[in-house]
Amino acid sequence: MILFQIFISFFLIGLFSIGGGYAALPLIEHQVIEVHNWLSLLEFADLLTISQMTPGPIALNAATFVGTKVAGLPGAIIATLGCITPSCIIVLVLSYFYFKYKNLNSIQGILKGIRPAVVSLIASAGLSILALAIFKNENVTFFNFKLNDINNVSVILTLVSLFFLRKFKADPMHIIVVTGIAGIIIKSI
Amino acid sequence: MEKDLKFYLKLFSSTFTLSAFTIGGGYVIVPLMRKKFVEELKWVDEEEMLNLVAISQSAPGPIAINTSIMVGYKLAGVAGALLSTLGTSLPPLIIISIISMFYETFKSNFIINAILWGMRAGIAAVILDVIIKMVKDILKTKNKMSILIMVVTFIAAVFLDINAALIIIASGIFGACYYSNIKWFKLHNKNKEQLK
Repeated sequence: MILFQIFISFFLIGLFSIGGGYAALPLIEHQVIEVHNWLSLLEFADLLTISQMTPGPIALNAATFVGTKVAGLPGAIIATLGCITPSCIIVLVLSYFYFKYKNLNSIQGILKGIRPAVVSLIASAGLSILALAIFKNENVTFFNFKLNDINNVSVILTLVSLFFLRKFKADPMHIIVVTGIAGIIIKSI
Repeated sequence: MEKDLKFYLKLFSSTFTLSAFTIGGGYVIVPLMRKKFVEELKWVDEEEMLNLVAISQSAPGPIAINTSIMVGYKLAGVAGALLSTLGTSLPPLIIISIISMFYETFKSNFIINAILWGMRAGIAAVILDVIIKMVKDILKTKNKMSILIMVVTFIAAVFLDINAALIIIASGIFGACYYSNIKWFKLHNKNKEQLK
C-alpha cells in the first residue's frame, strides 16, 4: 500500500513538473511534506543540498531519497519508476508525432501560459527554503516571524552568496561547498 | 547505422556516464548530451538536437530523461528509448540510495549538521539567483499577459495556498485559449485587409 502511494505521488510529480530542474520543487514539496509528511521541511532542504551536489535530476534524486526513507530500496525503485513513467509515455507519444510530422506548433499557446506560472511556483517554493535558511526556528515563516527570529549570520551568509552568484556568476557548486565550510567554522566558534 | 549489441551497449554507457557525471540537473546535462551525440558520436545532427531539446523542455518530467527518451527513440525506436531512460535514471538511483543510508546515520553528527546549516544559506542564495534570472526573463519579453499570469499565480500559490498542479493546468488552459484567440484575431484582420 505504501509502495502504491509512493508510486502515485512521484507519478504526479513527474506528470506536472513541466520545464525541468526547479519546476519539480513546488510539486515535490507539496506531495512529500504537505500531503504525506514523508519529510520535514528541514529534511527537504537537506535533500535539495544533496541534490545540488550529486548528479541527476532533482526529481529523481528526491524520488530515491524519499523512497529509501519510507520503504527502503524497493521504495527508491518504485518512486523512481513513478517519476519517469509519465515522461516515458508522453515523450514517446511526442517523439512518434515529431518524427512523423516534425511540427508541433499547436502546443505553443499552452506553453506560453504555463511558463510564467512555473516561475511563480518556483518562487513560492524558494520562499520556504529561504525562510528555513534565515529563521532560527523551523516553524517560523514569512507570515508569522518576529525580528528576533531572524538569524543574522545566516542572512549575511545568504546575501554574500547571492552577491557572488549575481555579480561574479560564481559556480553554485562552489557556493554550496564554501557555505558548508563556513558552517563548520561559524558553529565551532 | 547497424544496430548490433555494440550499438546498444554504447547507447547505454553514453547515457549512463552522462547522467553519472553531470552535477546540476537538466540545464547542465543538455549541452553535454549535445556534445556527446552531435559532435562526438555524430548520431544526431545539430538542428534536430535543438528540436529534441525544445520538445523535451515542454513535456512534463526531468529534461535529462525526456531528452534521453527522444534521442533513444530516434536512434532505435521504443527499445532505444527505454534503454537510454534506464541509463539516465540508474546513476541517481544508485548514488542517492547510498547517500540516504549515510544520511540517517550522520544526521545527528555535529560537523554534518554545521555543514548542512551553512549550506542551507548557500542553497537559498542559489535558488534566489535562479528566481531572479527567471523573473527577469519574463519581464524582458514585455508580454503583459505573461507578467499578469506570473503575478496572479504567485498570489495564488503563496497567499491562497492553491495546489501547484492546479495552477499549472489552469494557466495551460488559459494560455491555449488566449493565444489561439490572438492568432485567430490576427488571421481575421489580415483577411479583412486583403478584402479591402
